Amino acid sequence: MQSLLVNTYTTTTALGLGVAATLAALRAQRSGLKGRSWETVDIPTCLGEVDGLDAVELPQDLRAYDCRNNRLAHLALEQDHFLPAVQAAVQRYGAGRIGVFLGSSTSGILSSEQAFRHRDPVTGALPASHSYQHTHSMFSVADFVRRRAGLMGPAYVVSTACSSSAKVFGIAQRMIHCGLIDAAVVGGVDSLCLTTLYGFNSLQLVSAQPCKPFDAQRNGISIGEGAAFVLLERLEQAKPGDIVLSGVGESSDAHHMSAPHPQGLGARMAMQAALDAAGVLPQDVGYINLHGTATPSNDAAEDLGVTAVFGTDTPCSSTKGHTGHTLGAAGGVEAVISALALRHGFLPGGVGTETQDPRLQCHYLLANREQTLSHVLSNSFGFGGSNCSLLFSKHGT
Amino acid sequence: MSDLHVFVEGVGLYAPGLNGWQQSRPILAEPAHYVCTPIAIAPIDSLPAAERRRLGTTVKLAMACCYDAAQHLTADALAQLPSVFASSAGDSENCHHLLDALAAPEPSLSPTRFHNAVHNAAAGYWSIATACRQPSISLGAFDAGFAAALLEAASQVACSGQPNLLVVYDIPYPEPLHALRKLACAFGVALLLSPRRSANSLASLTLALTPDAADTLPTPELESMRQQVPAARALPLLCALAQARTQRLVLDYLAGPNLAIELAP
Repeated sequence: MQSLLVNTYTTTTALGLGVAATLAALRAQRSGLKGRSWETVDIPTCLGEVDGLDAVELPQDLRAYDCRNNRLAHLALEQDHFLPAVQAAVQRYGAGRIGVFLGSSTSGILSSEQAFRHRDPVTGALPASHSYQHTHSMFSVADFVRRRAGLMGPAYVVSTACSSSAKVFGIAQRMIHCGLIDAAVVGGVDSLCLTTLYGFNSLQLVSAQPCKPFDAQRNGISIGEGAAFVLLERLEQAKPGDIVLSGVGESSDAHHMSAPHPQGLGARMAMQAALDAAGVLPQDVGYINLHGTATPSNDAAEDLGVTAVFGTDTPCSSTKGHTGHTLGAAGGVEAVISALALRHGFLPGGVGTETQDPRLQCHYLLANREQTLSHVLSNSFGFGGSNCSLLFSKHGT
Repeated sequence: MSDLHVFVEGVGLYAPGLNGWQQSRPILAEPAHYVCTPIAIAPIDSLPAAERRRLGTTVKLAMACCYDAAQHLTADALAQLPSVFASSAGDSENCHHLLDALAAPEPSLSPTRFHNAVHNAAAGYWSIATACRQPSISLGAFDAGFAAALLEAASQVACSGQPNLLVVYDIPYPEPLHALRKLACAFGVALLLSPRRSANSLASLTLALTPDAADTLPTPELESMRQQVPAARALPLLCALAQARTQRLVLDYLAGPNLAIELAP
């Protein structure tokens, strides 16, 4: 499968709006996690909240889509000249030749959560103002982005829990390979909601402190929210040194709905498949952005998978301590962080982690490092045993 | 515009009056004979009892369709089969229960209900039941799920040269969400696709995006189902597969574009 050009990308998380704020926070090893209450939630935890979403207004013609998730999508699309770059791609290829494939785990379900608190006491009906299709529906965010960007190509949302917005990169690669499209807007958007906060809490997977990936004292995730968008194009446009998506590897654990394969077998298969797809050897990968959620079992399984493929020398870290776990957006957010690492020769040290768990063997970075990189791998693993690894490379290396 | 070319090696179908592909095939070949009867989803006996108890109707519907479409495959072949799942709302009954629980003054969720709420729950159970570690993707596209899944599965087949199983399934929301999102009835459809013709091939499909309007069905009951359940947007293709004659049809996708299919036995 051919590589795709990754020239245009943006992300918005608790670290800030756009790539400059993200890079600055990574360089400062600053966490966006804060202990705070949110909505009606009464759980002792830290959140990676994007500031200012309550004040975001959608364009007049797209007001029906108003919900926290689409506000986050809108805010993120406004950064880094992303929409003008998409318009330039429309000029090159035509609106019907650009797809929209986005990942989300919960879409705009917060709107239905709030509507359920305001049911008619007699009939049980939801408030008439609640638009299920434009907010809660799983397709809502792709529909919104497609209309906002004026795109007319194929579109759908991938929802495979925390691998969602990694798997969309594979769709773009396949559709471009088949000639159905010339370019695609991929990425993901997930926003804070009661379902995930109370749900992960019910599984006893939420930490009361800022999460500590790969730390001996790690005890659960910190939930965040985020959006990321990447414009993927055919390689013809690429110059040496440009960043490309060179490999996508996917697998299923076939083990358990909410626990990883204990030996990290599915994770290992996904990483190896991404390397094989690109024809890249493990020793040529200079940095791995881990899934690294900071639950005891997730990090242990990923460590076994990473060391089985790469040994114990390849530098790696999780950026969940910076952003929190942005769930269905994590694959896209961390794809952008991987692109930033390649572009700037910068390996982000993890935050939140004080001492690496001595039982974990991978080379976990606790401090930033400057180093020229040729290939960076990004891991995303989700409930239902859904695994996806993305390999990004410098073109011509 | 490039075309995608695949062979249909098996069909799975559960919907009111359409209980399994073998029973449904003669009905769909002459849709005027269609009679609406209650859906009767075949039991799932491949999972251990402990796992089976956790399955909602949505997951049972999806898995029954998968087994119906892939019934001629060995366990080894099932374990090597990548898949595409698509549903408008996933497990809509489970979603209702979660939303109801979250509206309580002191919300408390069941862990099982939470992990069953992921949109890829059916795909997860299917991978466990078939011990399949191949890639699986779960899509949401509102009313466009069937065409989305067919595009995705066909492009996977074209790129990998391997067979693929797609399944599209919807069940109605309980009230009050039903009032805002009317999914009229349960409907599940699965297609086993292959890049190569075999003794089991029912037809070849050549897919392309088109600005043309989608086909409708002449039988009022089936047309009503087609319009009111996203998974039932597959019905024109299912009728064409049952009729097994060369024809061109157009399925609903995103209106601009829709999905054109050249079908040949």
